[in-house]
Amino acid sequence: MYRYDEFDHDFVQARVAEFSDQVQRRLAGEITEEQFRPLRLMNGVYLQLHAYMLRIAVPYGTLNGKQLRMLGHVARKYDKGYGHFTTRQNIQFNWPALSDIPAILADLASVEMHAIQTSGNCIRNVTADHFAGAAADEVADPRPYAEILRQWSSVHPEFSFLPRKFKIAVTGAERDRAAIQTHDIGLHLKKNAAGELGFAVYIGGGQGRTPMVARKIRDFLPEADLLSYCTAILRVYNLYGRRDNKYKARIKILVHETGVEEITRQVEAEWQELKDAELKLPEADIRAIEAYFAPPVLAGRPEGDQAVKLARLDSKGFSEWLDRNVVTHRHPDYAAVTISLKGIGEVPGDASDSQMEAIADIAEKYGFDELRVSHEQNLILPHVARADLKAVYDALVGIGLATANSNLISDIIACPGLDYCALATARSIPIAQEISRRFASLERQREIGELKLKISGCINACGHHHVGHIGILGVEKKGSELYQVTLGGSADENTSVGEIIGRGFSSEEITDAIEQIVETYLGLRLDPQEKFIDAYRRVGPAPFKEALYAGEAKAA
Amino acid sequence: MKILTANRLTDGIAVWYADGGWAETVDHADLAHDKAAEDRLEAIGAKAYAANEVVDVNLIDAEVVNGVVQPVRLREKIRAAGPTIRNDLGKQAARAA
Repeated sequence: MYRYDEFDHDFVQARVAEFSDQVQRRLAGEITEEQFRPLRLMNGVYLQLHAYMLRIAVPYGTLNGKQLRMLGHVARKYDKGYGHFTTRQNIQFNWPALSDIPAILADLASVEMHAIQTSGNCIRNVTADHFAGAAADEVADPRPYAEILRQWSSVHPEFSFLPRKFKIAVTGAERDRAAIQTHDIGLHLKKNAAGELGFAVYIGGGQGRTPMVARKIRDFLPEADLLSYCTAILRVYNLYGRRDNKYKARIKILVHETGVEEITRQVEAEWQELKDAELKLPEADIRAIEAYFAPPVLAGRPEGDQAVKLARLDSKGFSEWLDRNVVTHRHPDYAAVTISLKGIGEVPGDASDSQMEAIADIAEKYGFDELRVSHEQNLILPHVARADLKAVYDALVGIGLATANSNLISDIIACPGLDYCALATARSIPIAQEISRRFASLERQREIGELKLKISGCINACGHHHVGHIGILGVEKKGSELYQVTLGGSADENTSVGEIIGRGFSSEEITDAIEQIVETYLGLRLDPQEKFIDAYRRVGPAPFKEALYAGEAKAA
Repeated sequence: MKILTANRLTDGIAVWYADGGWAETVDHADLAHDKAAEDRLEAIGAKAYAANEVVDVNLIDAEVVNGVVQPVRLREKIRAAGPTIRNDLGKQAARAA
């Protein structure tokens, strides 16, 4: 994985020193909250309901054992023994004292981590397919490009005060696991007919109060032009993006109001000025960054087949986990493992200090010291020999993280909601927990099949409800929590925004409503192979509306 | 009725104004029963903010239940107790211990 060079080390150390000084001056009363607020936000420090919150960057979701162990250390020493993995593949801690943050950042810097640009109106952590470098279906690892974007966007003087935050995602596979069409810029790494690498470029996707699916503005951008083209997009946005209304300031609104043809013309015109200048990426530089992401040497382990076969006979739990949480690797003797942070009734995305340390041990022992955070709030071991899968499974059972529910209804994305967040209007986590408990039986979950359920506790949509097959949005109505349901959203290569199905449900009713939706689907699907999303796209909302609300209409 | 709440600058912990200082629990927060009392609390909050003792200062609705002060809105109830999903965290943790 990427290793800091001297410049990176100096840059992060300098930032730790700078922010430590700013914190000291704030605590001494030398600067006001108005002056300090933008400074703390640039360093990932928020103020939430109960305390400060520190969000730490995990670039493109990649980290090693030492780094995860350090996160466990931060959780134990400075926080309350746990951390929360986020949908930007980052981690956040909910209870740090402001006075401890300089020490936390110094500890993080010692393992090449920081909190820079995890907040603020700048280019945020660039996200990538969590199976990058391991997936059997990718044309190339997208992370070298994410790293190039990280280097270019870090404290970029022109793009540090954008109209609003800016999010970029990269995938290297046709099957989009990075939700690129919900991003300000989505990049799909592909090969052209000549076998050269480049990108399909999408802009203007986003969620929040105005969800929009990104529009493709270029089918093939040569890899050498990545930075000049992104610069052109950001220049057009920085110049014309709205600054008069926070809720209309994202690039999606500019794309919508300008029209995709016109904005494409503007971007292309700007790009003509830039494309042959200093932003053109030299081939040697791309290959040098790529070398940092060279996959581990995967020795042949053909004994894996037999080992897996025997272990399956031995353990039903292992067999179920294998079928659900283990995916094909480009090397036939290896597999990529999803460590579910969605145990039945648990808080989605939370891991304790000791779990983080134990996972770091597993990664070092069986996973070539590589880990990923997925935007779906799970952890990934991207390279595990099939021969070692049973040992990994046993180790995960030992720390309570072997729930075989990847992509099933209990693998829920949920924002922190009103239990932590100062912006939230309703709680998300207890709803996720109740639904998870209601569908606790893995057998029942498997029968339902792939179903992505996503919950947000306010219209900002951090829980991605718009693109859940089933989405739940919590709002406050007359002093109570009310949950609106959307159906038919999706965040893959066929991205769609879910439709509101009808009136909302109280916290007491919502789990029953979800169960009714699921039962309706089970009753109408053509066969067990027809997934929820496919069935919904075939039949539309009517049968679900009927199931949820018909009784009311008759009663009224 | 209103009470004055904020987060402490140094550690961000939620606090409520009570008996001439900032208390870590809401139970005995000073109650403002009229506009004049609200103005007094607001002035205290503005002063503490200017003195860099607290941030995010707010006057919020409250009621008295069984002799103790409680916020009215769910958001403020959660601030006063801790996350509803983890009884071992926040103010409720100390109460249970």
